[in-house]
Amino acid sequence: MNIVVTVKQVPDTWAEKKLDASDKTVDRKSVDNVMNEMDEYGVEEALKIKEAHGGEVTVVTMGPEKAVETIRKALSMGADKAVHLTDESLHGSDALATSAALAKVISTLSPDLIITSSEASDARGGVMGALLAERLGLPQLTQARKVTVDPGANKVSVERLADNGYALVEATLPAVVGVVEKINQPRYPSFKGIMAAKKKPLTKLSAADAGLDAGSVGLAGATSTVVDAQPAPPRQSGTIVKDEGDGGAKVAAFLAAQKLI
Amino acid sequence: MHFELTPDQEQLRAGARELARSFADDYWAEKDQKGEFPWDFYNAFAEGGWLGIAIPTEFGGGGLGIAEASLLLEEIAASGAGMNGCSIMHLTIFGLNTIVKHGSPALQKEILPSAADGSLHVCFGVTEPNAGTDTTRITTFAEKVDGGYRINGRKVWITKAGDSQKMILIARTTKREESARPTDGMSLFLIDIDRKHIDLRAIPKMGRNAVSSYEVFIDNYFVPESARIGEEGKGFKYLLDGLNPERILLAHEALGIGRASLEKATRYAKERIVFDRPIGQNQGIAFPLAEAQIRLDAAELMARKAAWRYDQGLPCGPEANMAKWLCADAGFKAADQAIQTHGGMGYAREYHVERYFRESRIMRLAPVSQEMVLNYVSQHVLGLPKSY
Repeated sequence: MNIVVTVKQVPDTWAEKKLDASDKTVDRKSVDNVMNEMDEYGVEEALKIKEAHGGEVTVVTMGPEKAVETIRKALSMGADKAVHLTDESLHGSDALATSAALAKVISTLSPDLIITSSEASDARGGVMGALLAERLGLPQLTQARKVTVDPGANKVSVERLADNGYALVEATLPAVVGVVEKINQPRYPSFKGIMAAKKKPLTKLSAADAGLDAGSVGLAGATSTVVDAQPAPPRQSGTIVKDEGDGGAKVAAFLAAQKLI
Repeated sequence: MHFELTPDQEQLRAGARELARSFADDYWAEKDQKGEFPWDFYNAFAEGGWLGIAIPTEFGGGGLGIAEASLLLEEIAASGAGMNGCSIMHLTIFGLNTIVKHGSPALQKEILPSAADGSLHVCFGVTEPNAGTDTTRITTFAEKVDGGYRINGRKVWITKAGDSQKMILIARTTKREESARPTDGMSLFLIDIDRKHIDLRAIPKMGRNAVSSYEVFIDNYFVPESARIGEEGKGFKYLLDGLNPERILLAHEALGIGRASLEKATRYAKERIVFDRPIGQNQGIAFPLAEAQIRLDAAELMARKAAWRYDQGLPCGPEANMAKWLCADAGFKAADQAIQTHGGMGYAREYHVERYFRESRIMRLAPVSQEMVLNYVSQHVLGLPKSY
């Protein structure tokens, strides 16, 4: 199995996220940056499939120089090699432009399976899997809480998370699979994994190397524009339920309205 | 001159941090309260290959230096694991240096790979009821007999002895009064902890209660000659090789506890509202925390320098001693201030800072007391007459 897994470096989940005042892109300089937590589940699933069926896991990311830290983490976890698409001209790419760039890189790798996570914690678009599948002309199985690959039959089936349970869906390979955090427990990089990571092949590509047209990516190629942004309002105080003999029912109604029960 | 960690060191530190922080404070509070060895934590680090970080690669280790081992232990302490987390593994990390340097090839092959993978637990038997700082006063004696030695004696404060299969033991092979110099006539052994001949009694103590320290009674215990490390009579010299790395590592552990304390205190100072504002807005709360930060950062510089010098093969006695003194002091002050910041809640176990406080207190006593560091600096750095 030739598996590609996409990862993204994002501002630390717990940091207060800000937009750069000049071009309204995500400010990555004033915060700690980490691997998008959801991507860890994708990497873990790729490694598990590789362990079960053999093959190779290639990590693909697009991002500034510093995003190499996130690549190294994925390699430390056990991925075999990585491609880092990095170029000043890519700065400000929106989801459409990013998917075009990633699809171009991924298509050169001829994968049997492409794994993405369901969303990144910075923009939270949650569309990359679908965009990649469309651009690559592949079937997509999203919201997967369980993935079963059958290389012999050339197919992949997943349990797709739904509001009231899950749906069993399958596709022929190659395919794009988007995983949710319920799917596994990502491993921690081991000491030897960390030491081995630096010796693993890492291909760095510029936009030109990847055959991307400068006008189609970055802020210039973005089809959407951030016109204005406001900081998130401070958290409101919670709802207080007064118990007048019907407290339990009111709490239950509240939780039901939030779709928590 | 620069002060940056290498990319490798950064990655190792991040990896150690992530794994250590997957064990929450409540885990440690429970282990500490119940006096239970933290096996899950130990196994996680053993399985990740971390324990062999400083063991040479030819024996299955990572072959890295004291600088990397220090970062690992600092992160473990700083995760809230404190001394409980560090004490279960720091002997594997630095204690076996004597075997790397002076052990026979057979002994190295027997011990080092299983130490690196974490399956072998070794404790260190040096101190005795009447020989703490003055090691030359030990009376545990290994009498030469046919094919080996017969050992009798008593050790005290032997950490992890009850959970170890082996002990590195220092014993006299020539009586002190019959030796040319007091430091002569001692030998190092690696012995099995055979409970038929070795009696262990845990010492009830103030803190770090997930890992017991023991009184050890050795009674008429025969060990073969192959159990001896290096040459007979050179044990004290071998022991000295390990003192600086031990001080450097424990300095980083003290630093880690200080960091954990300050992190908790700062968070509390931001969140706790009294008189309609966070208490951290009061300079009476903020300044001591700022001071703790300054002391920890300054101590860190000395600790890093000591580690760097050791790894470069440079003399590092003054730096190792000063690092231990500074970090123990800064760590303890930070822990104390963390309790003060929490007010009455600081005294409650639920907030964990009292556990850090109890553990940081050990660092002013071990592996060498603050006072003996001052003696060292007085004599060896300033050239003042020896006072004892």
